[in-house]
Amino acid sequence: MKVNKTFFVLLLAVAMTFGPIVLTGEPSAKTDPKANALTVDEIVAKANHVAYYQGDDGRARLKMTIVDAQKRTRLREMTVLRRDAPKPGKQSETQPAGNTPEFDGEQKFYIYFHAPADVNKMSFLVHKHLDKDDDRWLYLPKIDLVKRIAGSEKRTSFVGSDFFYEDVSGRNTTDDKHELASSSDKYYVLKNTPKDPKKVEFASYKTWIHKKTFLVIKSEYYDNKGKPYRQYQARAVKRIQGNWTVTKARMTDLRTGRYTDVEYFGVKYDIGLDDDIFTQRYLRRPPREHLRD
Amino acid sequence: MNIRKSLTLIAAWLAGFLLIACPPVRGQDVPDLPEGLDEPTTMPRDEPDLPGGLDDDGPDLPPGLEDGDRKDTVKKSEPVGKKGFLDVMEELDINGFWEVRGGARTQADRHEKDASIGETRLQLEWEKTLRGVTLKYTGDFLYDQVDNRMSNVDLVRGTGWFDLRELSGRFSPAKWMDVKVGRQILTWGTGDLLFVNDLFPKDWRAFFIGRDLEYLKAPANAMKVSVFNDIADVDMVYMPRFNPSRFISGRRISYFNTTLGRRAGQDAIIDTDLPDEWFDDSEWATRISRRLGSYELAAYGYWGYWKTPEGFDAARSRATYPRLSTYGASIRGPLGRGVANFEAAYYDSRQDRAGDDPFVRNSEIRLLAGYETDLPQIATELTLGVQYYVELMQDYGAYKRTLPAASNAADRDRHVITVRLTKQLMNQNLTLGMFTYYSPTDADAYMRPNIRYKIDDHWTVEVGGNVFVGKDDHTFFGQFERNSNIYASLRCAF
Repeated sequence: MKVNKTFFVLLLAVAMTFGPIVLTGEPSAKTDPKANALTVDEIVAKANHVAYYQGDDGRARLKMTIVDAQKRTRLREMTVLRRDAPKPGKQSETQPAGNTPEFDGEQKFYIYFHAPADVNKMSFLVHKHLDKDDDRWLYLPKIDLVKRIAGSEKRTSFVGSDFFYEDVSGRNTTDDKHELASSSDKYYVLKNTPKDPKKVEFASYKTWIHKKTFLVIKSEYYDNKGKPYRQYQARAVKRIQGNWTVTKARMTDLRTGRYTDVEYFGVKYDIGLDDDIFTQRYLRRPPREHLRD
Repeated sequence: MNIRKSLTLIAAWLAGFLLIACPPVRGQDVPDLPEGLDEPTTMPRDEPDLPGGLDDDGPDLPPGLEDGDRKDTVKKSEPVGKKGFLDVMEELDINGFWEVRGGARTQADRHEKDASIGETRLQLEWEKTLRGVTLKYTGDFLYDQVDNRMSNVDLVRGTGWFDLRELSGRFSPAKWMDVKVGRQILTWGTGDLLFVNDLFPKDWRAFFIGRDLEYLKAPANAMKVSVFNDIADVDMVYMPRFNPSRFISGRRISYFNTTLGRRAGQDAIIDTDLPDEWFDDSEWATRISRRLGSYELAAYGYWGYWKTPEGFDAARSRATYPRLSTYGASIRGPLGRGVANFEAAYYDSRQDRAGDDPFVRNSEIRLLAGYETDLPQIATELTLGVQYYVELMQDYGAYKRTLPAASNAADRDRHVITVRLTKQLMNQNLTLGMFTYYSPTDADAYMRPNIRYKIDDHWTVEVGGNVFVGKDDHTFFGQFERNSNIYASLRCAF
């Protein structure tokens, strides 16, 4: 139907709420004395936790501004609701950020689109799985259609922005090798190399992880010649209910000069979202109380 | 030719009007980089792995993480300037679009006009939640140069200068129940442009003349009650008066007239005997569904009428809507890298259960299997969808035996294969699509090429076609051969 493939990649948005770059990696046995005795996989796990799993649930209103090389802009606006699968032990709100994740597993996301006009009132549901492909449904209110979304491509644009699906949904934990490239007072710098280079457009990417909060502040993607062509940068950070949260970020395509700014408004954690919201029922009947600014 | 001329004039006039009313999106303020955030140029790009000791490199911390608690001074910028049409619409919380759409037949049809569509349309949509009740209105004002019945508004048959798409109220009387009452669009089932268990009204005219796909679904006056629990979700739809599909009557699209034994159009507009008594001529539809892991299962039932006139009253020489009940089921879920679906239904043609009434369509079994997947190995943002669909006529012997002499006998089974290819380009602003129906048994096909470009967040331009080909004049798609058309549209959405 008139489904825009744009939305094949919507899933991505979800994780954006909690910081746009995911760093999941195969556990590595390597340690670095400079890393204060943290192993690389501990760093990766903590960054992953901070990016995706803070609180048991959360909501945010996202405003994306896509700016092309001629400075023409397009806007995307959506509300994202997230709920994690119940964890074995509930995390305390006051626990400092960057603690070792207890269980960062399956999640559900509900996305409601506010703008632009052609996607207004559409809703999108994602059941994110770790061991298999995610389940995704897109609801088109004008024809009352719940469409099941296929889409195995992960490195394509999310809603026409410079963010890729995978930037926000996360790469599979077994897809990259991670090494600690360097370490400073502020950052762990990780170099990440894909195990199957044919599946991705980059030769490697680096991530700058803030030592105090484990937020990814920057990442840069390199081509076969080692030249950077794509860059992510966190531009503002806030501590919300004890959780360090990226509230502004930019993804830049260094080849074209195009970039996308994303801003997060009304971020809230531990709202107590009902699991029912993440069903087809609520695609047709958006949960208004959580969609207001 | 007159029509074309006036079409052009109207289109030009409207385009001008639209440009004034709906100016291209204003330059949104591009957020300036906060001070000291010019990293892309100041960061060493070709950074080799740093030796220990040189580790003070790295991006500056963003606001919020800096030492000394610098206040974030960046304010959310609001566009300033004088209010335009779009701002007013936004303030009133009204959504919708305005579009012009013109199209022409690619070949002469002696029963129809050369122009296939020449319309302008304003859709306004308003939604408000009051005391737990969400009220929604969607209405279209339109003018179509090709239609000579613009003044005659008929919401059932879908003619005239106004179409009420939705006027409904939705509420939840219990935590486990949703109710939606009023005029609304209803859809269920798993097919892609093929409907097996979805017996809600369609608008085939809109589909064939190249209106937006939204118009394939026609509104119904209905009450939908949905009950949710752990075992299954149950939807019950009651339509107090029959909601027929907007079918091919010959007024806009020529068709094969079995009585005349040839193609016909405005010379033989089908007159129907519409069941239109409130509460007497009602329809019921129900669905029971549940999710099982990643798979969706559903069972369906429908009690009403054939949605298009599949019967004929020879005495009064009018087409009729015989009674129909359907029973079916579907499953949908992941398979390999894509999504697969299977759907089946039994169509119980209640007024011709023996199949020996030549004036009422026989009962049928309908089956559909589909699969959709991305094709990253061929190109990025390329999607392929294929479906196999079959209608198996019941009581074929009785049908053959009672078929009036000189009529073209249909095959017992009608097989259809569909292929959808979609490719996105230019940051998903350009979409190339092709949907093809092909029937090996009817030896006919229907192709729907479409190119859509989003100029900005408001404006979309689209060109497309509806191409019918067939070996015979009387087959499902072949009969529409003379209606093959191309169209173009310009839309401003708000």
